[in-house]
Amino acid sequence: MRHILGISAYYHDSAAALLVDGRIAAAAQEERFSRKKNDERFPRHAVAFCLRHAGLQESDLDAVVFYDKPIIKFARLLESYLAVAPGGWLTFPRVVPPWLGEKLNLRGTLRYEMPGLRPETPVLFTEHHQSHAASAFFPSPFEQAAILTVDGVGEWATTTIGVGRANEVEILKELKFPHSLGLLYSAFTAYCGFRINSGEYKLMGLAPYGEPRFVDTIYEHLIAVKDDGSLRLNLDYFEFLRSLRMTNARFDRLFGGPPRPPETPVEQRHMDVARSIQTVTEQAMLRLARHARAVTGQTNLCLAGGVALNCVANGLILREKIFDRIWIQPAAGDAGGALGAALAVWHMRRESPQPRTPMLPDAMQGAFLGPEFSDAEIEAVLRQHNAVYEKLDRESLLDRVVGLLADEKIVGWVQGRMEFGPRALGHRSILGDPRSPRMQSVLNLKVKFRESFRPFAPAVLRERAPEFFELDADSPYMLLVAPVHPSQRLDVAAGAHGLDRLKQLRSRVPAVTHVDFSARVQTVTAEQNPSFHAVLSRFEAKTGCPVLVNTSFNVRGEPVVCTPDDAYRCFVNTEMDALAIGSFLLDRNAQPNQGVKQKFHPVPD
Amino acid sequence: MWQLFREFLQFLRQEKKWWLIPLVLMLLVLAALIVFSGGSVLAPLMYPFM
Repeated sequence: MRHILGISAYYHDSAAALLVDGRIAAAAQEERFSRKKNDERFPRHAVAFCLRHAGLQESDLDAVVFYDKPIIKFARLLESYLAVAPGGWLTFPRVVPPWLGEKLNLRGTLRYEMPGLRPETPVLFTEHHQSHAASAFFPSPFEQAAILTVDGVGEWATTTIGVGRANEVEILKELKFPHSLGLLYSAFTAYCGFRINSGEYKLMGLAPYGEPRFVDTIYEHLIAVKDDGSLRLNLDYFEFLRSLRMTNARFDRLFGGPPRPPETPVEQRHMDVARSIQTVTEQAMLRLARHARAVTGQTNLCLAGGVALNCVANGLILREKIFDRIWIQPAAGDAGGALGAALAVWHMRRESPQPRTPMLPDAMQGAFLGPEFSDAEIEAVLRQHNAVYEKLDRESLLDRVVGLLADEKIVGWVQGRMEFGPRALGHRSILGDPRSPRMQSVLNLKVKFRESFRPFAPAVLRERAPEFFELDADSPYMLLVAPVHPSQRLDVAAGAHGLDRLKQLRSRVPAVTHVDFSARVQTVTAEQNPSFHAVLSRFEAKTGCPVLVNTSFNVRGEPVVCTPDDAYRCFVNTEMDALAIGSFLLDRNAQPNQGVKQKFHPVPD
Repeated sequence: MWQLFREFLQFLRQEKKWWLIPLVLMLLVLAALIVFSGGSVLAPLMYPFM
């Protein structure tokens, strides 16, 4: 079995991943091609890309693996409706019909979507959390490790603790629906006016502006957390079993009012709620990690599942030194399930001809598993748009880009293969000078068109990271939050509250220092990320600063750009100053004013 | 489809969830009614009873 295609779809963040002889050949989320954020539809573009990249056709596939088991999920759905009947009658007619159509007979659906599959090619299914666990362990650099997966819900499991050894992943313990840390966090995300399955980052970013004054309320009324990290939700306060709402009026009364309508001003109360649920989540994750250590006896930890994208909690697990080393799947959410499903079949069905040998630094190839475009392809697109551009050699391009960055200009940076997972890691990024006091508000309001409170992440040369951040581990996928090093901090006047704290200068790299002196760090090495390392090194040589602001190349509601066309359309519709794409450099002011429209389906977040 | 049916039976046997059968049969009958009625006239009337 040489060619295995993993698929996640029909819930959120559909994706495809292709293994060729056990090596990850390609992986991508459908949203990047369809231009619909968190697209849940069958990932036909992502599948087509994966096959094209490997020079294959559907008929060359030896197995297709779906990332969860529809029969078990369907049974859970029916049992849940039965448990709350007659509640749930409003959602039942909306939720169940798709199951009787495409979702339950998924084998038929997948064959319909991929008509070129050979009849004898098996369509297989792995359990949802098994997929997450496989995506966390098999690409990791560890011979063996504890595995912790935490998300909203799969079939029944919402949290699992397992162990990975050689070619096996074994789930040892699991917490079952409806008791779920992920659903709890999502309920608060919705309550604070953000979209479930995408707004969780915002809640995490909002938390440092608030006070944890509702923590006791949450423990007293909403959840019971045991020492092992398992929790029970008090369903009297939640509606997700019965309606399309996550919470009810009783929940609202606990937190001083109704849910915040989307796009309305964020009040101090919402910040306090965000801080409180973030605190509770961190405490639960710490307990889960400690229990995982005790149950497995392992010294390394692999993390996946949507909650593993909570990089504040991840950073805390690291700093508490519960494990010697931590590795987090960069596509920790459901998109990564496609990869995990394929890896589970390769390793656990003994398709691999030899025992697994961990790769260093890991097997994800920097998460650069998406499409890339040649200079000829890029130039053709630029010509179509009548764009004004210069073609430069590598050294000149680096010099010019770094010169612009040092002058506080904002530069779009599109190079090499697109990232797999939610983070832009220096191949589809917007870059800026972190020393600039105005950078955060300019980027938020004029380039990304998003809320002013949202922080930006630093990318830093790995070897100089300890000077700027209290982090003594690699963080290549921007999934660990660490405090800014005290030597970089500035004194801040006390007394400011809420969003007023945003205006205070608090470090020598203010654009990437959150109000609690934390930063979501990406460490960059030449080995894993050579093109981005070259920019950082050149910027360091020019300014002495080895740090850059790195944010994803998109605007609010848009998936991260994929193609040169996406990049150009996004570039000319923002106040970005320059675009470096392949060997080409574009000055925004020189572009013809011809009303190039962006091509994406805006999704409120 | 037969494979799905077999796997569903296997699941019911493994998990001892035979009590799901009437529920699934009812759903299938309703689905069939909706399909055979063209999906436009009957469906909105039946939704409140589902």
